[in-house]
Amino acid sequence: MEFLGLFNYWVVIFLMMVGFYALISRGNLVKKVVGLNLFQTSVIIFYVSTGKIVGGTAPILIGDDHGVAEGAAEVLYSNPLPHVLMLTAIVVGVATMAMALALVVRIKETYGTVEDDEIQAQVLADEQREGARP
Amino acid sequence: MESVVDLALLGLLAVTAFGVLHLRNLVAVVMLMGIYSFLSAALFVVLDAVDVAFTEVAVGAGVSTILALGTLALVGTRQKRHAKSPLIPLLIVLVTGGMLVYGTYDLPRWGEPDNPVHGHVAPEYLADHVPLAGDEGDVLEVHIPNIVTTVLASYRGYDTLGETTVVFAAMVGVLTLFVGSRRQRRTGGPPADDEGGSGAS
Repeated sequence: MEFLGLFNYWVVIFLMMVGFYALISRGNLVKKVVGLNLFQTSVIIFYVSTGKIVGGTAPILIGDDHGVAEGAAEVLYSNPLPHVLMLTAIVVGVATMAMALALVVRIKETYGTVEDDEIQAQVLADEQREGARP
Repeated sequence: MESVVDLALLGLLAVTAFGVLHLRNLVAVVMLMGIYSFLSAALFVVLDAVDVAFTEVAVGAGVSTILALGTLALVGTRQKRHAKSPLIPLLIVLVTGGMLVYGTYDLPRWGEPDNPVHGHVAPEYLADHVPLAGDEGDVLEVHIPNIVTTVLASYRGYDTLGETTVVFAAMVGVLTLFVGSRRQRRTGGPPADDEGGSGAS
């Protein structure tokens, strides 16, 4: 049970580290954005995992429109608060991803490549040309 | 039973993430990210977060995939073979991951009802909907059965205000970037190298 109680967190850490590794080791800018996305999803899974109660049910009131069904107080609901926070995080994540991808498209238009080493080589060459001119 | 499905889905997620890392065809990577989003949505249903699940499917698997595919149409779909040594990134990742795993031993065990997360305000949100014995049905503060909606719209409405601000700022940023690129092209600035660039505006 010790193993099961922490397994969720370990997988979350694994996913997070895969995203982190993609972010720092891959040169392709689109791959970096995808890595950032993996990282973000792992945080969301972590929060939602903390809200879970084994044997609980989704936090939607059991009963009809006018009140609460008999015995509803005994129903075990999972914690709704992490869910609310993560709803916000998902939408914000997509907004930042759109912004990042727009930047990638602009970099492609300016440098003709999205590989970071080629971009850096071009920037260095430009700087040397600037330095040689005066 | 919940735990078994949970473990299976987490395993599939790990495998998918590994595939995302290793493939160099970026279209395949984006498709795998779509699969990853659907898998995590299924996991959210198992973890009782149904609202998060359908948001993840609509936004993570839908909008994100379309945005990423649109980007790939403009920037190309092949990732260059990386020449750098993977040793230093691998070391950083292993050390960070190791420290995080060490930290998990201080975390409360998953799924226990008496975890600290379930204290404080969460029971009050739930109690507003579940009258205690002896109370009548009219003690409900907000007449919405879905408690996540209630908290989102009523108790924590400022979160959504902030979220809207971020989405607006991102939209303004994206539009500014593309309007700038169009003006540059019209006034004969540095020409864009890719033929597909005109589709950006």
